[in-house]
Amino acid sequence: MADKTMTAPEVVARLRSGMTLGIGGWGSRRKPLALVREILRSDLRDLTVVSYGGPDVGLLCAAGKIRKLVFGFVSLDSIPLDPHFRAARQSGRIEVAEYDEGMLQWGLYAASLRLPFLPTRAGLGSDVLTVNPELRTVADPYGGGEELLAMPALPLDAALVHLHRADTAGNAQCLGPDPYFDDLFCGAAEHAFVSCERIVPTARLTEDAHPATLVVRRLAVEGVVEAPGGAHFTSCAPDYPRDEAYQKEYADAARSPAAWEAFHHRYLTGDGHHRTPGHHGEGQPV
Amino acid sequence: MSDATRAEICAVACAEAFRGSGEILASAFGTAPTLGVRLARATFAPDLLLTDGEARLVQGTWPLGAAPDGPVEGHASFRTIFDLVWSGRRHAMMVPTQIDAHGNVNISAIGPYDAPEVQLVGVRGAPGNTLCHPVSYWVPRHSTRVFVPRVDMVCGVGTAAAAAVGRAARHHDLRRVVTDLAVLDFAPTTGTLRLVSVHPGVSAEDVVARTGCPLVIEGDIPATRLPTAAELRLIREVIDPAGLRDKEIAA
Repeated sequence: MADKTMTAPEVVARLRSGMTLGIGGWGSRRKPLALVREILRSDLRDLTVVSYGGPDVGLLCAAGKIRKLVFGFVSLDSIPLDPHFRAARQSGRIEVAEYDEGMLQWGLYAASLRLPFLPTRAGLGSDVLTVNPELRTVADPYGGGEELLAMPALPLDAALVHLHRADTAGNAQCLGPDPYFDDLFCGAAEHAFVSCERIVPTARLTEDAHPATLVVRRLAVEGVVEAPGGAHFTSCAPDYPRDEAYQKEYADAARSPAAWEAFHHRYLTGDGHHRTPGHHGEGQPV
Repeated sequence: MSDATRAEICAVACAEAFRGSGEILASAFGTAPTLGVRLARATFAPDLLLTDGEARLVQGTWPLGAAPDGPVEGHASFRTIFDLVWSGRRHAMMVPTQIDAHGNVNISAIGPYDAPEVQLVGVRGAPGNTLCHPVSYWVPRHSTRVFVPRVDMVCGVGTAAAAAVGRAARHHDLRRVVTDLAVLDFAPTTGTLRLVSVHPGVSAEDVVARTGCPLVIEGDIPATRLPTAAELRLIREVIDPAGLRDKEIAA
């Protein structure tokens, strides 16, 4: 099997400005922030980002990397609203496609199945149709009389997800409470990249865990990055919880351009990893 | 004379919204609804399913702000929750930033959509929830800022908009709007907000004065029922011993 291990800079070197990028996780939970940090360091711009949004969206908004956001919400969970995302929206700097969070799943699912659309009730009667005038409805061809929303596929150029363990071939394991939609992001993407807390031998993956925890299969994965603490400051339970103090500093950095500059500089140095020693790596139950 | 606080009356009113819901997933946002669904399950709605906020379905009755200690009875990832939404086996109580007379609800953005004055969380699951399963709302501060003539962005679909969708919206089912002043529902004839009861110490005029959209008022409006002694004990000793309810609704 091919060894797909690479570094975060090598992942970002495969991305291009203007690409549509899917980011896994949910809110401020298990976000691939080590990879996002690498995007912040890069020259990439004009990205279309598809996300169940958390600080990934806020960081990329504040750094001016996003041209268009495809989303259902942006939240930091313990802080209900992300101030960087709000600032970007309120200044009109970013374009958006706002969908019901189930529609977003349907769009990724359709793309992963190579279908042009999937029908749903979600969105009908709401202003989701007003603000996305390209959306169309489709009549039940079997005569049931229902006119449903045809959620278009959301194909991704690339997907970035962070999971707990992976092998060098790209089989990736979720040990947390919920895989969220990480496998769909990978399935919808032309190029999918997985970062993980630890790369382990394949046999090690199921020594203590059910095979059902192997939620991303290598056939969908182009690159694997070992990034201990790679979801910090979002939660990566059971390996580590959200770093609430750090998240608050992140949110507070929206108060002024100077505050953002200071946070941005410190964030790019990777300082965050050293603030919560021992929150990842050896000694954690697998 | 009951010594129940307004927050406790609200919690029971939220619980009442789930009476008769049967064996479905009860999803609650906000303190009073979270308290309410646990109270409902511990008393008159024992078949409700509740999550721990992540992916576990958990039995038992546990305090607000604490991890559940009851047996895990199932796993429901967010993907499974979406399946449950679309299957209709769920009743959610959400918190609107704006709501109008027909029950259109905004949680996305206030002001011009391309550059909102106030960007909120986003439509979340409100469009799909309202098309697929019973939905109720909780308004912790009843005011003309929340009850508006017209919402800026329709996230949760109201009665008239659902009727205009036709057959695909046949599962649309707005139940109740519980506020810190009153309990409302939707009059079947007009599909618009109707006053069901006012909390003790509140008059129908008080409610009208703090509502920025039309309100159907039919005859004398009864008082919202008081918590029973058993309900008060559950609220105070089991579900909210830390008194988080008083942070949402002042005692």
